[in-house]
Amino acid sequence: MEFLLEPLGYEFFRHGLLAALMVGALCGLVGVYVILRGMSYVGHGLSHAAFGGAVVGFTLNFNFYAGAAAMGLLAALLINRITKNGKIKSDAAIGIVTTAMFALGVVIISQVRTFTQSFEAALFGNILGITSKDLLVIGLVTASTMIAMFFMYRPLLFSTFDNEAARVFGIRTGIVQLTFSLLLTLSIIASMNVVGVTMIAATLITPAVTARMMTDRFSRMLIYSFIIGAITGVAGMYLSYIFNAASGATIVLFGALLFCLTAAIKFIREKFMLRANLHRHGGLMHFHPHDEGHISRDHERESSSESGEVAQKAK
Amino acid sequence: MKYAISLNNVTAGYERNVVFRHLSLEISTGQFAGIVGPTGCGKTTLLKTILGTHPVFSGNVLLNGCSVDRVQPGTIGYVPQLGSVDWSFPVTVEEVIMMGLYTDKRIWPWAGRGERERIHALAHRLGIYDCLHHHIVHTSGGQRQRAFLARALINSPKLLILDEPTSGVDIKTQHEVLHLLGDISNEGITILLTTHDLNAVASHLPWVICFNNGLVAQGQPHDIFTNEILTRTYGGDIVIIKHDGHFLIANNTPLHLTRNYS
Repeated sequence: MEFLLEPLGYEFFRHGLLAALMVGALCGLVGVYVILRGMSYVGHGLSHAAFGGAVVGFTLNFNFYAGAAAMGLLAALLINRITKNGKIKSDAAIGIVTTAMFALGVVIISQVRTFTQSFEAALFGNILGITSKDLLVIGLVTASTMIAMFFMYRPLLFSTFDNEAARVFGIRTGIVQLTFSLLLTLSIIASMNVVGVTMIAATLITPAVTARMMTDRFSRMLIYSFIIGAITGVAGMYLSYIFNAASGATIVLFGALLFCLTAAIKFIREKFMLRANLHRHGGLMHFHPHDEGHISRDHERESSSESGEVAQKAK
Repeated sequence: MKYAISLNNVTAGYERNVVFRHLSLEISTGQFAGIVGPTGCGKTTLLKTILGTHPVFSGNVLLNGCSVDRVQPGTIGYVPQLGSVDWSFPVTVEEVIMMGLYTDKRIWPWAGRGERERIHALAHRLGIYDCLHHHIVHTSGGQRQRAFLARALINSPKLLILDEPTSGVDIKTQHEVLHLLGDISNEGITILLTTHDLNAVASHLPWVICFNNGLVAQGQPHDIFTNEILTRTYGGDIVIIKHDGHFLIANNTPLHLTRNYS
């Protein structure tokens, strides 16, 4: 217990822990929609565009977050516009738009070398440098995203599953897509200083993919991913403190470890179920892919009648 | 006469590719109609134009006398091609059906008691109650079709549109699905579907629309399934065998003439 309480004595750790908890949960929640909408690469790209925006904003004496938000949103809108007629696929559009914005940031940093150091946090994450202002921004983004996703659960789920049918059923899919892009951009900006631009994609995707392996129900996947994200953030922070490793990278590595563990458990469970569901009838081996109570009962009945016949013949 | 679907001089298609020009087509209220035609003839584009998800270059589409972009949510039921569904998506049959209710004003993520009762009653009626909690990938082709049909019917729509509901299922399931649609049609719902299965259309649907980048002919199956009309629709030589009041339609071109085995 001591090793859990001891780091809490430091303010920088308390700030970092709270930030990791909120960012983990936030990315877990948003990540479910990111992977199901096939937007994993969008998340990765937007984080790079936001970095470029942060640098531009800083150079023009704007707020760091305002520049990142403006460039992130501009990137989301540009990608949407370029891919609209279907000639250019989204992965290509993301490659062009977001990498160009990232490159703009890198060029500005290379020209104005005086502030190079402060942007390392945005690139690789500096959770221990989280200020009260950063915590406020992360808290506001997390709370507003949770509220928006709660009230948009129905249109978001329908448009994610079947966008065209959702449109026919009267859902304004364009507004839903735009709102989600906005929430994703805000989540990325809030997470930028915690895990770093280079590792945000993993923070978004890993909890959601781990949760997907645990359940076939969408509502449960959302809850599981939210919890896994939060646990990953907290555990990653403690591990980074214990092993004196980079916090963002440790969080990502712990998430990957959870994913591997879940995949291994799923694999073993499926192997076990495969063996448990193998049946032999009259020398013919077969298998049922999922547990069906009535099938098991039928088999028990058939097996007992078969063994009865064998006993009868033996007599 | 009031039409459920009315296309007036509609031209639609994609950039630099007009799929059909100046199409005028009316489908009366309560009709159970099927659109048939070769692959790539514009059946799906026509459906999407009627649904309002595909823009038209000119003309207008009216559903129950109302412009397609002003139709009240929930008045159209739509069943997409099952081939376009992401079967790995984490949803159960119950969640799929519930999506049909997402057009309601209710904002809570979970289903209300009334909604649950409606879902259960419809699932009972369509014979999918036992698999309500199954993941969609763990259901048969017939159950999948019924799940999406339930989603389309949950709002009690006036018009039901289905894109190839008989594709990818066996002949028995095809028969069951079309029978079920026939029963739904008897309740006064207008049904329009596309299909490649001429024999199923001939035996189950009272109205057929032959389409090939434009309207070729429409009418009752015994008027429409003639060698001349089907040849105009599909090209090639089509054989129609009438037996005991039923049609059997087959391609008369021998296989060795349609393929090059050299």
